[in-house]
Amino acid sequence: MSTNVDAIVVGGGIHGCSTTLHLCLAGLKPVLIEKDYAGRHASGVNAGGVRQLARHIPEIPLSIRSMGIWEKITDLLDDDCSFESYGQVLVAENEEELATCRARVAELNALGFTHEELIDAAELRRLVPAVAETCPGGVVSRRDGAANPAQTTTAFRRKAEQLGATVREGVAARNIRHSDGLWSVDAGTETFAAPVLVNAAGAWAGKIAADLGEPVPVETVAPMLMITSRVPHFIDPVVILRGRKLSFKQFKNGTVLIGGGHLATPYQDRNETVLDWKSLATSAQTVFELFPVMRSATIVRAWAGIEAKMKDDIPVFGPSSRHRGLYHQFGFSLHGFQLGPGAGAVMAELIVNGGTQTRVSDLGIDRFHPATL
Amino acid sequence: MTVAPKREDYDVVVIGAGPAGLAAAATSAEAGLSTLLLDENIGPGGQVFRAISSTPVTDRNKLGADYWVGADLVQSLRASNAEVIHRATVWSLDRNLDIAVSIGGASAFVKAKRVILATGALERPFPIPGWTLPGVMTAGAAQTMLKSSALVPDGRTVIAGQGPLLWLLAAQILRLGGRIDRILDTTERGNYVAALPHAFAFLTSPYFAKGLSMMREVKAKVQIVSGVTELAASGDGQLASVSYVAGGKRETISADLLLLHQGVVPNVNLAMSAGIEHRWDDLQLCWSPMLDANGASSVTGIAVAGDGAGIGGANAAAVRGRIAARAAVEALAPASAARLPAMATLRADLAKAERGRVFLDTLFRPAPQFRIPSGDTIVCRCEEVTAKDVLDSVAIGATGPNQLKAYRRTGMGPCQGRLCGLTVTELMAQARGKSPQEIGYYRLRAPVKPITLAELAAVPKSEADVKAVVRG
Repeated sequence: MSTNVDAIVVGGGIHGCSTTLHLCLAGLKPVLIEKDYAGRHASGVNAGGVRQLARHIPEIPLSIRSMGIWEKITDLLDDDCSFESYGQVLVAENEEELATCRARVAELNALGFTHEELIDAAELRRLVPAVAETCPGGVVSRRDGAANPAQTTTAFRRKAEQLGATVREGVAARNIRHSDGLWSVDAGTETFAAPVLVNAAGAWAGKIAADLGEPVPVETVAPMLMITSRVPHFIDPVVILRGRKLSFKQFKNGTVLIGGGHLATPYQDRNETVLDWKSLATSAQTVFELFPVMRSATIVRAWAGIEAKMKDDIPVFGPSSRHRGLYHQFGFSLHGFQLGPGAGAVMAELIVNGGTQTRVSDLGIDRFHPATL
Repeated sequence: MTVAPKREDYDVVVIGAGPAGLAAAATSAEAGLSTLLLDENIGPGGQVFRAISSTPVTDRNKLGADYWVGADLVQSLRASNAEVIHRATVWSLDRNLDIAVSIGGASAFVKAKRVILATGALERPFPIPGWTLPGVMTAGAAQTMLKSSALVPDGRTVIAGQGPLLWLLAAQILRLGGRIDRILDTTERGNYVAALPHAFAFLTSPYFAKGLSMMREVKAKVQIVSGVTELAASGDGQLASVSYVAGGKRETISADLLLLHQGVVPNVNLAMSAGIEHRWDDLQLCWSPMLDANGASSVTGIAVAGDGAGIGGANAAAVRGRIAARAAVEALAPASAARLPAMATLRADLAKAERGRVFLDTLFRPAPQFRIPSGDTIVCRCEEVTAKDVLDSVAIGATGPNQLKAYRRTGMGPCQGRLCGLTVTELMAQARGKSPQEIGYYRLRAPVKPITLAELAAVPKSEADVKAVVRG
């Protein structure tokens, strides 16, 4: 006996939860299947950056769409997700890097995007007083900010369930099959069937796609983060570096999150990662050089979340090129958190309306597999 | 003086110099394996033999004969050629047996073929109303001061709780001329009955006679209130009084110092952060690593010995250390194993040392009301989260300790859950009608003890890491 639903969403990260919620808002009854619990991996343990800044051009429209939702996140979820908007600043450490920034902003402007703004040394110092004197400027995206990732993912999951979604946590989606226009998926002792299947399984999504005949160049990665003890308030915006791998964010409680994309070794089958302290030491050294105020802070904890990274660093988003009713939403390549709210809204439009006003055509899986439908 | 490890690779790295670590390191080095013993304290001994080589207490009777057993263990270690580094805080251990250790403000990395974790025990949290007030401390902290500095309480002092260590501490305080006004014994009356079937083994254990005489010694000098069912500390920014209920009667007494103790539990932080599987021990009410008969854990190459493997006491700890070390020798240098006591002998020693443990565990099983707080009682000290806060979070969807972090930041402070972890697990289990095993524990991550950013920044890096990486 299988339970018929309107859509099956595989993966309880922010993307799966957001899509589930937006399907509910569109009047559908979806089921969300998550092998661990919502936000267990990258979605719950990432840096929480809500960033339009420094994005690949193909995903900027989706990012801008998402930003609009972030700014009203409490209305959507009845939870503020600890979202705050003090901007994100990309710091150029020398003139050469500043020139790259200048060219980038000009390119975006030519395409009609105005969210990135070139800033000089004085404005940089105003926004980030603690930054080293030698930095000549950078780029700011003033509406950007940060949120609590676990709180956010959990809030999407909770709201979706309140609106009628069925949520199954702690059971893996297995035996995915398609016949007579229906997708069937086993989840523990249950089987669900629906005309729509959304593959939002993060680091596990590449295998699902491959098993369904749509392999893509994707690898599993585990970007590392570390957090410090509380230090006196000294910075509001999220700071990222142009030339070195570093992102930097101080929370209201004074703790400082240090990230930037150095990778741990993922052990996907065990839900485990092994940290690379020598790389984290590089991050620590960069912070040490740029923010002298941080030198006496202590590192309280470091971790890494498992996620999917595409070879071209651009997500796979949109309908399958082989199967009717199958949609992919994965491979966000270390920058998927901010996209979650918007991607869920757009995915629901693709599923319910068959199209969307938000330009996502460059993100499709058809860039690897010409459509056969 | 700062001493960095002499080599980058060792056959065996032992972490912790309590009885298990001392015995393990001596055994491993004696068999000719390159052995490094890393210990956080300023000298060998761990908590049970704290300050064994430096204590100002010279009258042997005052700390008891059991304490001085530690001196023999230290002697054997010193006779071996194990490399020993004190004030060495291991802050990371992973499944590749890579170890990061902070020594005198500088970090070093070493790699081992075998790791023996001997990180010992921690005192169980005792979350009663007012337990975070200045003037309330754990019995273990008091014992640390007593052993290392011969400091004993001289104000109005109340000791509350239960367990063998509580009586030992009381006896030690009294022998050193300290003051104890009252002992509030929280042992549940039903435990005496439950423990009875295990009494025979205990009667024939070495603990029995010693335990009995120690309790007699304390009872002759201090008023004991048994059957305490409720306990609270209060005061305005400082402990002023302790109130309790015994036999249905409430009483409040003035106090300057309240020492709390309800047993010890394995210190699992480093083991868990290395990925070692643990299970909930329903008798000892704590997490214990899953180990085979040699102490080998679920992570290849890492063994756990001593109280970190499940509470067994100092005698059992030393034997477990020898067993784990012998297993390492059998694996790495089988020819040398012949020099060591046979495994069968060691196992017989262990059985003897563990005799009576079930009786103690059953008798001194802490009562639910002292493990699972309610209302405004603080659960997580670092983030000031109350029992009610935890229950409110459960009501809106927090299913386990890791999910709770997103709601309340419990366990995310500098103590990494050492002071709240067990409480959170049991509280959530009770609220959700599940077993602690189903509820689980915090996922623990390195650094298991904080290190400064400056120290991490100064760590030697590989060539590839130093190269600037251009953002894509």
